[in-house]
Amino acid sequence: MSSTKPRDDRRAAWWFLLPVLVGFAVFYGYPAARGVWYSVTDYNMLNTASYVGTENYTKLFADAKFWNSMLVTAWYVVLNIGSQTLLALGVASLMHRLTRSVVLRATLLLPWLVPNVTIGLLWMWLLDTNLGFVNQLLHTFGLGPVGFFTDETWAMPTVAGINTWAYTGYTALLLYAGMLQIPQYLYEGAAIDGAGEWRMFRGITLPLLRPVLALVLVVSMIGSFQIFDTIAVTTKGGPVSATQVIYYFIYQQAFKYFHLGYAAAAAICLALILGVLTAIQMRMLRASRSDLA
Amino acid sequence: MTGKSLRPGRALAWVAMAVFVVVTVFPFWWMIRTALTPAADIYTDNAGLLPEHPTLINFTRVLGLTTEAEARAAGGSGAHINFAGYLWNSVVYCSLIAAVQTLFCAMAGYAFARLRFPGRDLVFAIVIAALMVPPIFTLLPNFIFVKDLGLMSTMAGMVAPTILMTPFAVFFLRQFFLSLPRDVEEAAILDGNGPWGIFWRIALPMSRGPLITIGLTTTVWAWKDYLWPLLVGRDEENRLVTVALGVFLQQSPNTQPDWTGLMAASTLSVLPVLVLLIFMGKRLVQSLNFTGSK
Repeated sequence: MSSTKPRDDRRAAWWFLLPVLVGFAVFYGYPAARGVWYSVTDYNMLNTASYVGTENYTKLFADAKFWNSMLVTAWYVVLNIGSQTLLALGVASLMHRLTRSVVLRATLLLPWLVPNVTIGLLWMWLLDTNLGFVNQLLHTFGLGPVGFFTDETWAMPTVAGINTWAYTGYTALLLYAGMLQIPQYLYEGAAIDGAGEWRMFRGITLPLLRPVLALVLVVSMIGSFQIFDTIAVTTKGGPVSATQVIYYFIYQQAFKYFHLGYAAAAAICLALILGVLTAIQMRMLRASRSDLA
Repeated sequence: MTGKSLRPGRALAWVAMAVFVVVTVFPFWWMIRTALTPAADIYTDNAGLLPEHPTLINFTRVLGLTTEAEARAAGGSGAHINFAGYLWNSVVYCSLIAAVQTLFCAMAGYAFARLRFPGRDLVFAIVIAALMVPPIFTLLPNFIFVKDLGLMSTMAGMVAPTILMTPFAVFFLRQFFLSLPRDVEEAAILDGNGPWGIFWRIALPMSRGPLITIGLTTTVWAWKDYLWPLLVGRDEENRLVTVALGVFLQQSPNTQPDWTGLMAASTLSVLPVLVLLIFMGKRLVQSLNFTGSK
């Protein structure tokens, strides 16, 4: 502010930015434009793409499989986000009121570190109809066996449950980090007034955590819409099409049937949904920043 | 924390917490336990917490250390499996992406935060707009592009889309550089440093925390990557652990999957991140405080 003439780092700045701008242009900007172009062509990796107008979109909107995949994804998002957020909120509050142990937090983070493919395999084994640990356990209680991955009604809740197991610890730690920012004296004051744990949770934790909670919810939703690995390993969209989520639909259209134009059109529809969610997320990020200033 | 009336409540809370920890950890225990069980035992020995006849054969055979005949005798399909090689590929893939991406994104983040040049805010806004583009959308064109470049089944093709940047890393590191104190920078200018000197000698050393944070999270995400390496790294020579697990599963299509081998391979895929967690657990946990709420 006090310097005599404004500094201009123009030359240095472009060198600093060069790698990132190349990466952005080549692997984000250009492919995004290509994606839009493919969505209005009949490209299938063998022919040269030719313009077909809105044909892919009209076909897509008439495609029962596409709508089914949207519904299946929505069902997954509801199941997964619902259970994961509620559980994580519970775990985070417990931790907040009990301990600050780093070892405990690191333990809860473990499933998040593990590839989804490994998690898929692990649970396929645990939930195996004949030999799996869970069905053996059910057997000792005189229940089952349940075909967790092979039964049409069970498949989606199973996949949602697996990912809830995998991500609840991570989500809980995010919420816990938010709770640590709540001033301790509020709890001390409430305790003096004789408030119980439940009242403190409803009256202090929940309202003050709302911005963080909302942000975490949106971020997990963006992630949930993009479920792929777990399904690719375990159910492959089946049984019938009970777990045929939108990501798997796009993947199959592109790399199994080579309908690249069609897949690109479906990807744009998903991108629109995620774009709205991301815009909400960015606004929240900005909002939380101004709170701190 | 206050009075005796809370004691039973606290005990109950600890019990709930313990249950959650057991549910979190037990599947991993069962994975390792199965990996240590001889294949022939999985029909009979499935009650105890430890295997009746513990063995390392499942590990040696998925690491490619046994002959095919030995592997088949131990319950394998006889197909050649080399998880030692896949682990190495994954380590190379993660290290390359984490190191190079962090450096480049730090440079850009620094420029966006501290350097003055026309068009800065506009360029930053455009780069950040890429946060709105979901991976699946750029994945299809990137796949065709990498294929046209002749980079299929190469490490270069596998790291290409992420090694130079991710919008999030630029955003995250810029946030941090914005908060660097101005007087340190001005003192460095008086000492005759240019922008590169300030960045290298002052800004980077002062940002070790956030740099390690973003480097660690990038490593974890790269370790978990599946779809892109599945599409581009199809060959045995550059296959990553995650892709290899999927292939391994498909190698026993008609009969019961080779569970003991699969669990040994799964254990191997977890080991490196487990080591990371043991040595960097505190950092990783703290990194969530960074990325989560601010």
